[in-house]
Amino acid sequence: MSFIELKNVYKVYKNGVTAVADVNINIKKGDFVFIIGQTACGKSSLIKLLYREERPTKGQVIVGGINVAKLKNNRVYKLRRKIGIVFQDYKLLPKLTVYENVAFVLQSYGYKEADIKPRVIDALTRVGLKEKLRSFPNELSGGEQQRVCIARAIVNKPKVLVCDEPTGNLDATTSKEIMNVIDSINKELGTTIIMATHDQDIVNRMKKRVIALKDGMLIGDWEKGSYKLDEAA
Amino acid sequence: MKPLRILFRSISSAFKSVFRNLSLSLASLSCIVITLIIVSVAITFSSNVNNITKKIEGDLTIVTFVKSETEETKIKEIEENLKVLPNIESVSFISKDAVKEEMKEENDTYKKIIEDWQEGENPLDSYFLITVKNIDDIGETAATIKNLEGVDAVNYGEGLVEELVSVFNMIKNAMIITVAALVFVTAFLISNTIKITIYSRRSEIDIMRLVGTSNTVIKLPFIFEGLFLGAIGSIIPILATIYSYVFLYDKLGGIFFNPILPMIEPYNFVFKVSLALLVIGSIVGMFGSYKAVRKYLKI
Ligand SMILES: Nc1ncnc2c1ncn2[C@@H]1O[C@H](COP(=O)(O)OP(=O)(O)OP(=O)(O)O)[C@@H](O)[C@H]1O
Ligand SMILES: [Mg+2]
Repeated sequence: MSFIELKNVYKVYKNGVTAVADVNINIKKGDFVFIIGQTACGKSSLIKLLYREERPTKGQVIVGGINVAKLKNNRVYKLRRKIGIVFQDYKLLPKLTVYENVAFVLQSYGYKEADIKPRVIDALTRVGLKEKLRSFPNELSGGEQQRVCIARAIVNKPKVLVCDEPTGNLDATTSKEIMNVIDSINKELGTTIIMATHDQDIVNRMKKRVIALKDGMLIGDWEKGSYKLDEAA
Repeated sequence: MKPLRILFRSISSAFKSVFRNLSLSLASLSCIVITLIIVSVAITFSSNVNNITKKIEGDLTIVTFVKSETEETKIKEIEENLKVLPNIESVSFISKDAVKEEMKEENDTYKKIIEDWQEGENPLDSYFLITVKNIDDIGETAATIKNLEGVDAVNYGEGLVEELVSVFNMIKNAMIITVAALVFVTAFLISNTIKITIYSRRSEIDIMRLVGTSNTVIKLPFIFEGLFLGAIGSIIPILATIYSYVFLYDKLGGIFFNPILPMIEPYNFVFKVSLALLVIGSIVGMFGSYKAVRKYLKI
């Protein structure tokens, strides 16, 4: 049973650019998948289709039983509560503290304050930021800000975590630490991970499933793969 | 519990937003204050005009004189005929004997004259006092009555009353148009303020959407913000209304320069106007922000 299923998916933008072309992917619960490819090959577009930031022009996208393409605008939030999203640019709220940046997610769902606190502390502990609850984002390093972003993404215990170049703005050492955090979430919580990246070291070291794109088309899908684009082409 | 919590969080978020964007809030608040003060003047004025109109209308009667020497059975017949006419509210009969007695009471000169009359002599006429349902048709009704058998003369402050009433109605209508226009302007101002708030919080809204906040929860604070702006904006106009109306009432002695133009008593009236201002402010605020949310928060 696949948790995420893409069937003959196309994404053609209004300007005529075809970012995703006839892509078929099945991802099981608990999988860890890298999506690789050169710049502009359609990695971000593919990921945006998963959390319905973009609608497929053609084809079927199913995430956790939800038919994403047919989802009405005012129901999108139901999908997004099942998906944690990690961004390259963190997207933190500058006027909120670390704690508040994570807590406001559950607050906006209408959860009780008493239920929120332990879950926020748990998420921040998991990413190793328990000591900085009261800091503001501009008082944190890039790596720390990315940890906050990850904590916010997992605070509602999503089934799947999608990450679009989470280490894109970080140095090698910090990237490694962030990857350890993401790996532990996958191993300890069983969260499905889908991560777009062009960091070869990370992909080669972690030996996970690798999906390669070129010009929007799927050119490779290997278990325990490595970063290779030319060989497949 | 959960909807209640969401409601409470929306309210507190809206409240914070009003103060976070204080300069912006103040700009639109001052516009709301000015608008509502004018609305208040319009409401106060037209209520008073309305009150005076009603009073004049209530006092207005058609005096219908019966021909002299009409027998009592004939008078009963006339009364029945009057009662079945359309537009008649009430009919009361004043006999010439009653008129005679009343005149005797009124002053000594009348008394002397009347006492000079022979026993049983009474040159006065009996009459009916008639009130009508609809003041606008009073002329027509009077004309119909005049044509009735046994009726001598009909009298009802012709012309003047109708003119006064129609002038008052014109003033009232002008006021209603003014209020409507101002309410529209206020809604537009609030809508504009909320639009700017929405833009200033664009990234926050985007992030909320990405983390799975429902559209209702995203929209609610903005609706409340408009409501607060309207409600807060009504405070100064309410105080101004209460103080200035009470002051004016005392200063003018409860009348507009002439006893036939009485003012509405301040107690109760000013509170009704205050409530109206609060409700108008809040509803208009909510409506304005609803419009902005619909237009600028395409989610
Ligand atoms: N909103 C959009 N409207 C029009 N074209 C778009 C839009 N988003 C992306 N594209 C185009 O779609 C193609 C794929 O873009 P995408 O962002 O998916 O690539 P990517 O693989 O994520 O690249 P990178 O590695 O640089 O992040 C590009 O040619 C891009 O210009
Ligand atoms: Mg990208």
